[in-house]
Parts: sequence; C-alpha cells; structure tokens
Amino acid sequence: MAKSDLIGGTLWESYSHKVNDRMLNPRHLGEITEADAKTLGARLVIADWGAEVCGDAIRAFWAVEPRSNRILDARFKTFGCGTAIASSDMMCEMIIGKTVDEAMKITNIDVEHALRDEEATAAIPPQKMHCSVMAYDVIRKAAAEYKGVDMDSLEEEEIVCQCARVSLRTIRDVIRINNLTTVEEITHYTKAGAFCKSCIRPGGHESRRRYLVDILASVRAEMEREKAQAEAAAPPSFARLGLIQKHRAVEVVLDEKVRPALLKDGGNLEVVDMKVADDATEVYIRYSGACKGCPSAEVGTLSFIQEYLQKELDPGIRVLPV
Amino acid sequence: MDSVYLDNNATTIVDPLVKEAMEPFWCQLYGNPNSLHTFGTEVHPYMRIAFDRLYAGINAGEDDDVIVTSCATESNNAVLNSVWYNLVRTGEKKEIVTTQVEHPAVSNTCRYLESLGTKVIYLPVNADGVVDAEILRRSIHPDRTALVSIMWANNETGLIFPIRELASLCREKGILFHTDAVQAVGKVPVDVRDAAVDFLSFSAHKFHGPKGVGGLYVRKGVTLTPLLHGGEQMGGRRGGTVNVAFLVGMGLAMELAAENLDYEQREVRRLRDRLEDALAGIDGVTVVGRREIRTPNTILASIKGVEGEAMIWDLNRQGVAASTGSACASESLEPNPTFVAMCLDSELAHTGIRFSLSRFTTEAEIDAAIAAVRAAVSRLRSISPSAAH
Repeated sequence: MAKSDLIGGTLWESYSHKVNDRMLNPRHLGEITEADAKTLGARLVIADWGAEVCGDAIRAFWAVEPRSNRILDARFKTFGCGTAIASSDMMCEMIIGKTVDEAMKITNIDVEHALRDEEATAAIPPQKMHCSVMAYDVIRKAAAEYKGVDMDSLEEEEIVCQCARVSLRTIRDVIRINNLTTVEEITHYTKAGAFCKSCIRPGGHESRRRYLVDILASVRAEMEREKAQAEAAAPPSFARLGLIQKHRAVEVVLDEKVRPALLKDGGNLEVVDMKVADDATEVYIRYSGACKGCPSAEVGTLSFIQEYLQKELDPGIRVLPV
Repeated sequence: MDSVYLDNNATTIVDPLVKEAMEPFWCQLYGNPNSLHTFGTEVHPYMRIAFDRLYAGINAGEDDDVIVTSCATESNNAVLNSVWYNLVRTGEKKEIVTTQVEHPAVSNTCRYLESLGTKVIYLPVNADGVVDAEILRRSIHPDRTALVSIMWANNETGLIFPIRELASLCREKGILFHTDAVQAVGKVPVDVRDAAVDFLSFSAHKFHGPKGVGGLYVRKGVTLTPLLHGGEQMGGRRGGTVNVAFLVGMGLAMELAAENLDYEQREVRRLRDRLEDALAGIDGVTVVGRREIRTPNTILASIKGVEGEAMIWDLNRQGVAASTGSACASESLEPNPTFVAMCLDSELAHTGIRFSLSRFTTEAEIDAAIAAVRAAVSRLRSISPSAAH
C-alpha cells in the first residue's frame, strides 16, 4: 500500500497509449486463407489456444515459407480483454519476417516491453500481465503445429510463473542459494508471483500444476533433510560416545593441547579412570614428573585442563586428581 | 448525445433538488448539532425533518433507531461486529448465516469474523438466483445461529430476495435478521415492519443522495454495540460529529425516492425492458434472472463471444458507461462471486455485462445505448475466434 494505491479503478489508466491504440485499431486482426498463403508461396498454419469458458481464446494464422521456415504473414482473432487484443496484435508484428525458431524465442515479456510508451513504465498493470501470456502460448502452439510435434516437447524448462516466465529450476535455486523462507522473498528475488498471483497458491485465478508455496515447502524440506544427513555424517557428540571412545577422545585432546605444555615444564599426566554420572563425565588424572607435588597442579593447572576438555569435547567434563 | 450513464447500481447522480437542499449547511447553518448555543440548535429542525423522511421512507417506528452512518459498508460492519461482540464472543451462539452472493461489505466482514472464531454458513442460491426459505429453515437453529444476514436485492443481477418470508422465519425462531438493502431502497418498496427485520443497511448515493452517508435501521430493543466509539451522537450508538448537510440530503433523497417508486416501477422498468428486449434480440445473448423478480432498473446479460472488459471498453469509447463482473476487469482477476454462485453459464464470469438505469435515464439515452451495444458486439464478434468457426 502507498499513496498511489488509495484511488481504485485505475486499471484502464494504467494501459499505455500503445495498448489503447492497438486495442482500438489492431493492425494484424483477421484471418489468412489457404488462397492467401498459396499466393505468398507459403504454408498456412492455424493454431488455437485457450477457450472462451476460461476467459480468453486466441486463434493465430501464420503463412510460413517452407524452405526458409520464415513467417511471411501473421494474423489473429481473439476473445479477450484489451490486453489480450493488444498483445496478440503486437505479437504478430514481432514475429513477421522471423523464422519459426526465432519467433519461439519471443516471450510475453518481450511483447509487454514492445507495448511500452516509455522504457521505464510498464505497458499494463501487474495483474494484466497474465492476459499477455496467451500471446506467447499461441506462438509455441503454432510452432508445434508447423513442426508437427507435441507442444510440450518445445518447452525446455518447466515454467512455474507464466507471467514473469520463471522456471522451476530458477525458483528452486534461488530458495537454496539465498536460504529463502517465504513466498514474498521468492517474489522479491525472481518476480514469480508478482503479476496475476495464480502461481502462489491454489485457489487463484487459474489452477496450476505447481505452486510457489508447495515448491518452497518441498525445497525447505529437502534442505532440512540434507542438514540432518550432514549432521548425522559428522562425528557424534561426546555425550553419545561409549566409555572407550570417550577415553580415546580425552587422550587426543590431552596429547594435542595439554601434554605439550606440561612437558615443557618437565611434567606429565595419565588418565587413571573415567566415570559417567548423568550428564557429567568424571576424568581422574594422576600427575607425574615435575607436576607431581607442584602447588599449582591441584588448582590452576587442573582448571586449565578441565577448561580445555570442556571446550573441545563437552561442558559436562569434570577433571579430578587422584 | 453526451455520455450515457447506465451504471446506477454503482452510484447515482445526486438529484439537483438534493444538492440545493444541502447548500445552506456549508457556510450558513454549519453549527455542531451537539452544541448548546444557537449555531448548534438552529440546525435541529432540519435534522428532525431529515429523520422524519428517513423513518417514513422505510416505515420505521418512533421507538426504532435509524442511525446515520458513513455508508452501508459501515452499517453492515456495525451489525456484524456487534453480533460477534455480544453473542459469538461470549459463547452464547456460534454461527452467522449469510449467502454466497453478498456484497464484499458483508462477505469480507464475515471472513474477518471467521478469523475471530465465528462459524459462517454461506447459503447457495436456487435456480432463480435467490435464497429460498426452505434452505434457510434447514440452516438455522436458535441455539447456534447468532444472526442471519441476507441482501434485499443483488447488486449484479438485481434479483430480489424474499426478505419478508426469510425475516419472518427468523423472527419465529427468535433469531436476529439483518438485510443489506442498498440495492432495494428507492427501487422497490422497503418496509421494515412489513418485513420483520431487526437491522437494515442503506446508502444515500444509491438513491440520488450524496456519497459518504448511509443509514442503519435497528429495531426497538435490539442491542447494538457501537462500531465507532466516541461522543454522544446518535444516542451513543455511533460516535462522530453528524454531517448535517449529508443527513439533510439523504433525508430528501429518501423522500424523493419514495415519491418516485411508482415512476421507477413503471417508467424505469419500461426503459429497462426496452434495452433488455433489444439485447435479447441479439444472437447469443442471455439475460440472467426473471424480469418479474428483479429490481426494475437492472439487466445482467451474457453476450456470447464478447469478453466483458473489452465490451465495456468499447461501450465507454462510445460514451456508454456499463459495468462488468469479468475476472479480467477486477484488480484481483477474481471472477465476481455472484457469477460463480449462480453457475448459470460458465462463460458468464467472462462475458457478464451489467446495465443499471435510474429515474434520470431518458428514452434517447436508451436508444443511444442500444446502438452502441450493437456496434460493440458486432466489432468484438468480428475479432472473436468463435465467430470464425
């Protein structure tokens, strides 16, 4: 919410001049007949996309020159709102003269950009981006018709947000890399879900194969599982070790951190016994060499050893002299 | 022909007589009616007349309350929140029963109350597009039901609900009954004693009064906890300094609406029927709901092969203002809930066009609208792929 959101009913005011103009006077509206295509020496391709019961339907007519695969003419008919009409018209304009493969690279985002009056201002309000997706879909449908293949085989990646054309892979990556925990963050990073919002959760304008909430939940669950596995692979905590393993761990720390210091002063120590009582592990030591009878051995040195073991292994360790 | 306004269910022109009646209250009679001095008291006679007109307009009794609010949305919120506060929150009752086709002023308030623990039952409509007494009878129980809230007439279809029957059913069982009558007042007779309602909401701008003022009828003895706590205005039932100009305007608008009810039933209906017949004469046009049970000013039509937003865009370009419930024309892309609940035609959600007249609509305007509709349908069908099949 902001000052600009306080006046409602601004839908039409948000359309660019180009959108208004093309809705009123579409340049490429109409049909291409078999005879028209023949005159051009081209093959006629007719592709239908959408359905009136779903709110938008488009029929595209292409005249494609078969040797070069170049689209010589493109026309359309549509049942749809202003955005659908304007974006269908712009789509035709953009693909004429291109090869079928080049045309397939054009997305609804390119069409929306072409409809802008100024580079920095969107041609249509965010929720209407959805209505431009049809222009992209029908290109794929016509290309599939022309190539005689299934439309799904043309899609390299699964698209989750059709308005912003964000793939499943991108969404999964952005969640992992940035450790995202909310759908709002996904939208912030990728623009997925920023337009018609159908892909956010079930119950929106259109039903979808996948929703951002579910993708987020499944990636978070994967991340949790991986974290749990990583923890399981790491050395187990001191508290869960058996007595022999505990003794070994204590000896390693003593060898690495404690004994070198004692040896410098001509002393040493040995572990005589270990007892486990509740959370505490009692380590009984006996000094030898110069440490034996040293006044600080019972106080300062003892606490120095205990602190080291607590820090390295477990805060529950108590060191006691024998 | 200047522009033609056929969106009177959204709002109406302020009757010039109403505008004139409000004029003295800006710079001359501007006192606060709660002040004791002359500036305050000199407006009281005008307020009394306004209240008399409001009470007469809906046949409220002297002991009932007609509280002046800012709009019907506020009135609806006041009723629903008060019922929640007094009956649901306290654990005395659990449920509110309403319909699937209410205006958001009721349905979204119900959703809010659901978040506060209320169970809300949304009744479906029957084949006629209204809620019938039988389904209501099966859905209410004095031990559970705190309130029944059902609109008097639907804003999209104009279909009139059998409020008399529904309200008396609730009265028999001792259940509170509220009706959002914004689309009924000024179009059909509204009598709060003939129909045994406990609460009734209305809004001035739907019957040629100013925007920003409405009313809430509360039957004598029925509890209403204020929505707006504050001063002693409206006997403590609604705080906030009274907008005297708006109250006076609403009062006169109500009186004029009552006087024009007959004209509404006769002339507005005749013009509406002319437009409706012309629409029905176009192939593939379906009008929703039987004429006899609709408000006399409303037509909701589905025009096959013509998307609603494109249609009103084309009409607007020709100077005709209508409205659409098409999902494509809403901020949220959600289809209008009335269309969804009616399930008459799955295309309706995308092709529904509403024309709503008023007593200011002229014959010439209807002629112009008919011509514009024909031109728009013809252009948009020439664009549509279904016409190419």
